[in-house]
Amino acid sequence: MNKNEWPIFEIFIRSKNGLEHRHVGSLHAADAVMAMENARDVYTRRQEGVSIWVVASKDITASNPENGGELFEPAEDKIYRHPTFYELPIELKHI
Amino acid sequence: MSPEINLEEQFQARIDAGEKIEPKDWMPEKYRKTHIRQISQHAHSEIVGMLPEGNWITRAPSLRRKVGLLAKVQDEAGHGLYLYSAAETLGISRDQMFDQLHKGKAKYSSIFNYPTLSWADIGAIGWLVDGAAIINQVMLTRTSFGPYARAMVRICKEESFHQRQGYEIMLGLAKGTLEQKEMAQDALNRFWWPSLMMFGPRDAESPNTEQSVKWKIKRKTNDELRQQFIDITVPQAEYLGLTIPDPDLKWNEERGHYDFGEIDWNEFWQVVKGNGPCNKERLGARVNAWEEGAWVRDAAMAYSAKNKTQNSKVSKTA
Repeated sequence: MNKNEWPIFEIFIRSKNGLEHRHVGSLHAADAVMAMENARDVYTRRQEGVSIWVVASKDITASNPENGGELFEPAEDKIYRHPTFYELPIELKHI
Repeated sequence: MSPEINLEEQFQARIDAGEKIEPKDWMPEKYRKTHIRQISQHAHSEIVGMLPEGNWITRAPSLRRKVGLLAKVQDEAGHGLYLYSAAETLGISRDQMFDQLHKGKAKYSSIFNYPTLSWADIGAIGWLVDGAAIINQVMLTRTSFGPYARAMVRICKEESFHQRQGYEIMLGLAKGTLEQKEMAQDALNRFWWPSLMMFGPRDAESPNTEQSVKWKIKRKTNDELRQQFIDITVPQAEYLGLTIPDPDLKWNEERGHYDFGEIDWNEFWQVVKGNGPCNKERLGARVNAWEEGAWVRDAAMAYSAKNKTQNSKVSKTA
């Protein structure tokens, strides 16, 4: 890779107050300030947001699909974490 | 059974079940390569596609037309960026993709190798070229590779204004003076066949189609998409009172589709191979922009590096 290639930033947008920031894509920029300016032009041309986060992609640690089993399978048989696991009489209200 | 074959079967089973494939998932090397090729060429098309239209921004006939065209060309830049980012998730860098474009190794849509000779061409491009692109892109919103599909959803949302601004230009000209109507007809004459060529070679001559459909990269074949475009567009031309330059075009009651004449495939392949009217000019403009902009990119990185060293000095003293 050309060492002068601008690094990649991941862009998160809050579409309106009350909602969470959501990942919308990525872009290249020399630094975070430029990433913010570019994100505004690339991802909010039609009032898609009221707030932007930019994060250098290299700073994100992501789980690997190969580890999906050990990470997520243990939750599969823990049905007692869901309300429907508990059997209560039907005439009971508000519970 | 070798483990590789087993992985490919599992992969195909995921595709068949309608699951999306994400960048870090295992995928056959050919699936990765096909996507890098297709997504980067799609991105190049968006970027090169700014050139024929940018040509008319300063000469748009009114402020209304100018802001519309300016916004459209800006969107194309954005669409190129969404797509380059999607391709990068597969392990190719932005600079590598630019390098392939500049060296002529990567293609872009041949339609942009035709010149925009009159203002009516801007109308015809929005109506026909974006219309054809939308048909292809709506299909691609359901493509199997997640980042590509997500980029397509975003692009399709924005693209519909492009086609409408183009048709509005055509409508204005078609209802105008005789001279304006002739301009609109001339633009239709020149852009009709190249627009049909945008869907690529006939299915029989498209060796990649079968695999692409199997992997749900494409959900419809070139010929199906081309027919869909013609069926939608003919009534729109009639509404404008313009004539589609194809004497063989006629409604086929039995098929429920329009029959149409033979595309000049020799012209198609000539333009693909680089011998179209503007191939050299378009690529020259891209290479020039890249080379002339090198000092800006380097300066921005130097500034960023300088700030980082200064900041680290500050935090050490603090």
